[in-house]
Amino acid sequence: MNIVLHFAWGDWLHLFTHFLSLSLLAVGGAITTAPDMHRFLVDQQGWLSDDQFNASIAIAQAAPGPNVLFVALMGWNVGLNAGGLWHALLGVLVSMLGIILPSSALTYFASRWGHQNRELRAVRAFKQGMAPIVIALLIATGWLLASAHGDPARDWPLWLTTVVSALLVWRTRLHLLWLLGAGALLGWYGLV
Amino acid sequence: MHSSPDEPPRSKPQSLSDLFVSFTVLALQGFGGVLAVAQRELVERKRWMTNEEFVEEWAVAQIMPGPNIINLCIMIGGRHFGRRGALAALAGMLLAPLLILLLIALLYAHYASHPGVVGALRGMGAVAAGLIVATGLKLFPALKKNAMGMATCVTFGGLCFVAVAILRWPLAYVLLGLGAVACTVVYRKLPA
Repeated sequence: MNIVLHFAWGDWLHLFTHFLSLSLLAVGGAITTAPDMHRFLVDQQGWLSDDQFNASIAIAQAAPGPNVLFVALMGWNVGLNAGGLWHALLGVLVSMLGIILPSSALTYFASRWGHQNRELRAVRAFKQGMAPIVIALLIATGWLLASAHGDPARDWPLWLTTVVSALLVWRTRLHLLWLLGAGALLGWYGLV
Repeated sequence: MHSSPDEPPRSKPQSLSDLFVSFTVLALQGFGGVLAVAQRELVERKRWMTNEEFVEEWAVAQIMPGPNIINLCIMIGGRHFGRRGALAALAGMLLAPLLILLLIALLYAHYASHPGVVGALRGMGAVAAGLIVATGLKLFPALKKNAMGMATCVTFGGLCFVAVAILRWPLAYVLLGLGAVACTVVYRKLPA
C-alpha cells in the first residue's frame, strides 16, 4: 500500500511538535515512546503505513549507530509519502531535531549542574544509588534481547552464541567487530 | 576482578575534531546498540574515563529523558569543550550512521527477505545481546567503592533485573521507583 500525502507547512510543524512533545517523555530511550508514535503517525494521521513503521524500527536496529535513528527513518518515510527525496530529507531533519533537542538541552544543563555540584551529598547519593540499578539494567536488557531467540531447548545455537560472545567480551579484548562479523557469518550460513 | 594495578595514565579528548571522529568511530561499530562499544572505546581504549566514572555518567544519561547514548556523548563533549563539544560529539554520533542508515533503507526493500540477510541479522542480534550482558559484568567491579556496600548493591541490582527482565515492568517506573529508594539508602549512609 502506497500512501500519497499533500503536506503543507502546518503539517511539517505538526510533525515537529509531535516529536518535540515526546522527547521529554522518553525516559529509558526514544523507543519507549514508539507506541505513541504509532498512534499518531499511523492510526491518527495516516502519514505512515504499518509496514513502514515497523521497517523503520527494524532497519535502525540492524544498522550501526544509536537506535534513536529509527525516528529519522520515520521522518524519511513520511517525507517520501509526501513527495520524494527533498521532502524525505526535510522529514529526517524535522523529526530528529524534534526528538533530540529538548532532551539533549535538558541533559546538557543538568549534567553541568551535577558536575559543578558533584560534592553535594544529594548528587553523590544519586550517582551511587543509581549505579547498581543501571548496571543490572544492562544485564536485563541483554537478557530481554536474548529471550527473543525463543525456546532454549530448540534454539540453543543462538543462546550459545550469546553466552560465548558475552564471555569473550567480558574476559578478553577481542575487537567487537570480529564477534559481530562471526555472528553474521554463522547466521548467513544458517548455523544459528 | 578486572582492575589491574598498572593502569596506564588517563587521557582526554584533544580537540573538537577528536571528539567528532572518536564518536563517529564509536557509533559505526555499534550494531544493535552502542553502549558496549562506548565502554570499550571510552574506558578501555581511549581512557577518557574510569569504569567508576563511566557508571556515574551512565546513571545520569539513563535517568534523563532521551536516548541514553546520545545523552552520554553530550555530557562527555560538554564536560571537555562546553556547548561546542556537546555539538561535535552529537554530530559525530549521528551524521555518519544516519547516512549509512538511509542507504540501507534504500536497499532494504530488495534484500529484506533474503534468507542469508535474515540469518545474518539474527546472528548479529545474538552477539549484540552478549555484548550488552558483558558490559554489565565488566562494570560490576565499579560497585566495590559504593557507600551502600556490595550486598545491598547486589540486592538492588537483583530487584531491578527481576522487575525488568522477568516481570517486564515499564523501565521508567523501575528506574524512578527503585532508583529513589536506592538513592535514599545511600544518602543516609553518606556523611553530611
